[in-house]
Amino acid sequence: MKIRLEVIKDVREICQKHKDEPSPLIVILEEVQEKYGYVPVELQEVISEETGVPAAEIYGVVTFYSFFSLTPKGKYVIHVCLGTACYVKNAQAVLDKMCAVLKIQPGQTTEDGLFTIEAVRCMGACALATAVSVNGKVFPRVESKDVEKILDEFRNQEAK
Amino acid sequence: MEKITSPELLDQKISECTEKLSAKITGKGGKRAILVCGGTGCLANNSKEIIEKLEALIKEKGLSDRISVNHVGCFGFCSQGPFVKIYPEDTLYRAVKVTDVERIVEEDLINGKIVEDLLYVDPQTHEKVARMDDINFYKKQKRIALHGCSVINPDLLEESLGYDGFKALKKVLTEMTPQEVIDEIIASGLRGRGGGGFPTGRKWQFAANVKSDKKYVVCNGDEGDPGAFMDRSILEANPFEVIEGMMIAGYAYGANEGYFYVRAEYPIAVQRLLHAIDAMEKAGLLGDNILGTGFSFRCHLRLGAGAFVCGEETALLNSIEGKRGMPRPRPPFPAVKGLWGKPTCVNNVETLAQVGYIIRVGAAEYAKVGTAGSKGTKVFALGGKINNVGLVEVPMGTTLRSLIYDIGGGIPGNKKFKAIQTGGPSGGCLTEKDLDTEIDFDTLVARGSMMGSGGAIVMDEDNCMVDVARFYMDFICDESCGKCSPCRIGTKRIYELLTEIVEGRGTMETLDELKELAKITKNNSLCALGQTAANPISSTMANFYDEYLAHIQDKKCPAHVCKSLSKYYIDPEKCKKCSACSRACPVSCIKGVPGKEPYVIDQSKCIKCGTCMATCKFGAISHE
Repeated sequence: MKIRLEVIKDVREICQKHKDEPSPLIVILEEVQEKYGYVPVELQEVISEETGVPAAEIYGVVTFYSFFSLTPKGKYVIHVCLGTACYVKNAQAVLDKMCAVLKIQPGQTTEDGLFTIEAVRCMGACALATAVSVNGKVFPRVESKDVEKILDEFRNQEAK
Repeated sequence: MEKITSPELLDQKISECTEKLSAKITGKGGKRAILVCGGTGCLANNSKEIIEKLEALIKEKGLSDRISVNHVGCFGFCSQGPFVKIYPEDTLYRAVKVTDVERIVEEDLINGKIVEDLLYVDPQTHEKVARMDDINFYKKQKRIALHGCSVINPDLLEESLGYDGFKALKKVLTEMTPQEVIDEIIASGLRGRGGGGFPTGRKWQFAANVKSDKKYVVCNGDEGDPGAFMDRSILEANPFEVIEGMMIAGYAYGANEGYFYVRAEYPIAVQRLLHAIDAMEKAGLLGDNILGTGFSFRCHLRLGAGAFVCGEETALLNSIEGKRGMPRPRPPFPAVKGLWGKPTCVNNVETLAQVGYIIRVGAAEYAKVGTAGSKGTKVFALGGKINNVGLVEVPMGTTLRSLIYDIGGGIPGNKKFKAIQTGGPSGGCLTEKDLDTEIDFDTLVARGSMMGSGGAIVMDEDNCMVDVARFYMDFICDESCGKCSPCRIGTKRIYELLTEIVEGRGTMETLDELKELAKITKNNSLCALGQTAANPISSTMANFYDEYLAHIQDKKCPAHVCKSLSKYYIDPEKCKKCSACSRACPVSCIKGVPGKEPYVIDQSKCIKCGTCMATCKFGAISHE
């Protein structure tokens, strides 16, 4: 993968900004993930050069935590809550329907790069079970019959 | 705020702020105050838009100098949110929508008439209840850790100071020696609220006994138990209380630096915590030589990057150190060798939130609440199949029955109660026969579950317990860090065996193998995650053995949850040939001719999603 030069420069700056904090690796990775949506191996190498932490160790950390991603995510990231409160209210059916409609598995992105589905563990909106969020916007009490309606909202935004 | 540099100045500030907050609540000075819930649940339900609309309308009507609009932390009664509360009348409106705002302003704020249909209706008496304290949900609660929740604005240090904030810090810094603080906490009987229930004071004593140039306090806010949101709500509603508890811990055993470790999935809690730290630094309540007493303390925040195992204290420490969040073998315990090798106590958010109260009222007073072995209160996140989903704080010793029926309002839809899971994926399920158990750390363990962090998920007759056990094991498999093989391989194998059972491939040998594996995983895993991983299996097997047998011997799922064991049928007699089911089917496996031939499900293609059954208006579709 080719990474643009200004991105590399920016990541170096992020590393410099945190260099005086004790053990700043995860803090740096979180900022890069937040800003660019993923932390590819190429950027991990840049972070390694700046921080002196071996690239293999950085790869180990990135792949350990679910917050970090090695590949870019879709424009709309759909979180289907599979926390216990949602699960006992049939969240699995909502997730299955979502996957069937978009023809991808949890963790994958549609071919057009529009949607990513992620099964998450409890967003803490248990009173709204089953909770689904798309780019942070929460849809309360979702049932599988609501899936198309939710997706249409974002498909329509694209069509505009 | 100007710097508070001495205990006298703090006293003065506290009395100013107390007077101001009490004027706000009592309406002294002729001003009314509107409080709107700003917790995650209500924000997801448009409470931000409600606040904006209230502010705009109040401005438009020229009422700004007579009415203030405030956001506060979680009201706890999440299933009835969003809440809008009006002082001084103390009127509580529930399930408010943006479209209701105009009526609240017109009818209540301008004409002084309560908007009746927005009041809570007691489901038993069918009477409308206008005041929060008169609602059954709140009556049996006692708020210690949730002190200030839904009262103070979590973004204002002044409101914290006006609501008992930092009185305890002043007391320990000016009147108590560090050892006296530890003794007080030991005497209070406070036990760690994160799950383990280890006596907090004793933990502090261990750290105090170690000589070191540097010590740390760590606050564990990595609330990973799915379905639990106590810590998040506390941090969102009153972050100052938790920081104060952390500082008192620091003073007690000689630490001058604290780290908060909070899930990145909690953006609002993180933002309010950062804001609180900043406000305290500006006011001189964090930093060097606090109140001129020579005590210095600094706070930092680290975000959890999504790993359940980081709730385990040694894994959490590794994560703060920028490593993979894998647990360390103990001993040495963190109190001896913790963060960056220095003595560290890891305390849960809820534990630290109780410290200030203990110091303020004294250990003896605190210990009056609770049971012999567990003092004080515990916050539970009630969720699942229960009417009153929300956050409740009850004295230790409250019965499960009271928690589920008096406070929780029972099970929706007149369904039958089946089980309540406490302790999340590490806990177990409790059933009908346990309902009169008085909840505390020890009774729950004796009954085959555990307190855990306080998630309490209620299940009814429609939930399959084998499926629930498999759900937890799926979670644990995902979250096992992989360091030790009993947990890494054991949980995976247990998951596979449970999958065999729910898919109808299980035999009686599968059950024996499950029991054996549960034992091995429990006895040989390195940390609590693996040691407790099999608890949901053991407890569902102990309580619902017949359900396991039904899956294995009869190849049936009594609750109709396990897809492989269920089949959907259309009764040709009842079918009105309307084609609704066929159009709703996501895999197009229902065929028929509209108006002519009844519809039939192609069993080989059916994914058993149940959409057809939900769609049919004539009750023609059933499953077994």
